[in-house]
Amino acid sequence: MAGEESPDTVRHASGQGMDYIATLFVFMLTTFIGLDVIRRVSRLLHTPLMSLTNAISAIAVVGSILIAGQQHTEYKFNLLGLVAIVASVCNIVSGFLITDRMLKMFKKREGNR
Amino acid sequence: MSTWIQIAYLVATALFIFSLKWMNSPETARRGVFAGVAAMLLAVVGTLINPAIMASNYKWIALAVVIGSAIGVPLSWVPLTAVPQRTALSHAFGGLAVGLVGVSEFYISFSEPGLELGYFRTAALCAEVLLGFLTFTGSLMAAGKLQEIVPTRPITYKGQNIINLGLLAFAVICCIVLTIDANYKFIFPIIIFLALLFGVFLIMPIGGADMPTVISILNSYAGLSAVAMGFVMDNKLLIAAGALDGSSGLILSIIMCKAMNRSFTNVLFGAFGKVQAAVADSAKKTVKSATPEEAAQIMEQASLVVIVPGYGMAVAQAQHRVRELYDQLTKRGITVKFAIHPVAGRMPGHMNVLLAEADIPYTDLVEMDDINPEMPQVDVVIVVGANDVVNPAARTNKSSPIYGMPIINADKAKTVLAIKRSMNPGFAGIENELYYADKTLMVFGDAKAVVGDLVKHLSGSN
Repeated sequence: MAGEESPDTVRHASGQGMDYIATLFVFMLTTFIGLDVIRRVSRLLHTPLMSLTNAISAIAVVGSILIAGQQHTEYKFNLLGLVAIVASVCNIVSGFLITDRMLKMFKKREGNR
Repeated sequence: MSTWIQIAYLVATALFIFSLKWMNSPETARRGVFAGVAAMLLAVVGTLINPAIMASNYKWIALAVVIGSAIGVPLSWVPLTAVPQRTALSHAFGGLAVGLVGVSEFYISFSEPGLELGYFRTAALCAEVLLGFLTFTGSLMAAGKLQEIVPTRPITYKGQNIINLGLLAFAVICCIVLTIDANYKFIFPIIIFLALLFGVFLIMPIGGADMPTVISILNSYAGLSAVAMGFVMDNKLLIAAGALDGSSGLILSIIMCKAMNRSFTNVLFGAFGKVQAAVADSAKKTVKSATPEEAAQIMEQASLVVIVPGYGMAVAQAQHRVRELYDQLTKRGITVKFAIHPVAGRMPGHMNVLLAEADIPYTDLVEMDDINPEMPQVDVVIVVGANDVVNPAARTNKSSPIYGMPIINADKAKTVLAIKRSMNPGFAGIENELYYADKTLMVFGDAKAVVGDLVKHLSGSN
């Protein structure tokens, strides 16, 4: 894992010192957590769940910002990063908004019956 | 600074997990959205304060964010019947973003000294680009099919599966060669091309009825591509969030497959909806029909009514009329429940959202497995725009293409009212024995008009 003392680990692209096993551990554990948490999601909410995970998978915005923001030898790399930001932000914004819009519609039965 | 960034990512990961956890009930679900938004903000801010980001680039990033939001906001206003298309389109955007980042990473690693990828990260990068681009074109195809721009029927030809598997195998071999020696740069564009092509070919033979499964699988791929990006960038937040998304897609596709009694391979390579053996021996069978007025009288006598909605109800825009019917019946003290089949609609849970939009309380939406034991006590089942999900052939007829699929046992109820335009077999083209049963009364007509008539008769006689 990137230590604070090595400035070059901030630059994602440098492979030195990367702990592959730690990343695989993270992958394995979050997959198990994910499987368990998702299994408990109400079946009523599977459509909002999917639009929510749409927004969450737009976490690729992190990688997009890093590519777009760093200095590269050629501008075209920054440009690819910027297009990726547009696509990710679009997913984040529309994903969260539509999820909330759908969830607002789920109402309990009124008490006056 | 680096430590703070990692802490921000750590908290963001926890918030993402809470966000999904709170989706376990409609009461806490909106809190889940807020947790998700907070997590995303934290992730973005944590990334922006990274000292590697050039100050002069912030304005471009801001511009990209504005453009993305300008596209995203209107996309969240689509009608709820179009949510499956929107979801597929969103998977396509996600795949594109991941793919483009992968392309930049690959070429950047050659342009600057000390940035060599190494075996592990080259392999991850190949997976990232492969998954990203195949999700991109595959999801565009799925969105096109759902929007009916692309023909929804399965497009098949001889040797299709061999060609598809061959394409995938070729792409994987390219990835392996590139991983062994990253200096074979020319292979990289080939991988991109194969991924784009495979995405199209993969979805082409899949029919409209399988879209709920396909969307779930693509959801999973979108997540896994983010995981691969995380491996390349050594970013644990990307891995964690991507893995959550990947497992969500996996579980939803398993549920969808089970609800249709099919396997993954069967969905992907089976071309459902094509192999309909035309078992048209219905000529001798007789059908009983009823007018809306008669149907209304039958309903008035009932004490427990179950409505089985299908996608046809949404197509006919009948859900608000169904809500009025629900009101009329509950006003008379009749218990009304909705029986929801997992594949009703075009994506997992679609029907629940469509009914919630019509203000039907979610507490009266009942899952198939919970309603089936109750069926013998049900006085009247009303089938609105559903067909295959109530077809008893799934239980009895071994030669039926839907044999083995779990269904809502509408035929076990005392009376069945089926609202249908005509006796034409539905979407999948399968004859439905339920309509010929003694206890079944067909009410012919457009779903919206018929349910409207039922409401009129019920409110008139009140």
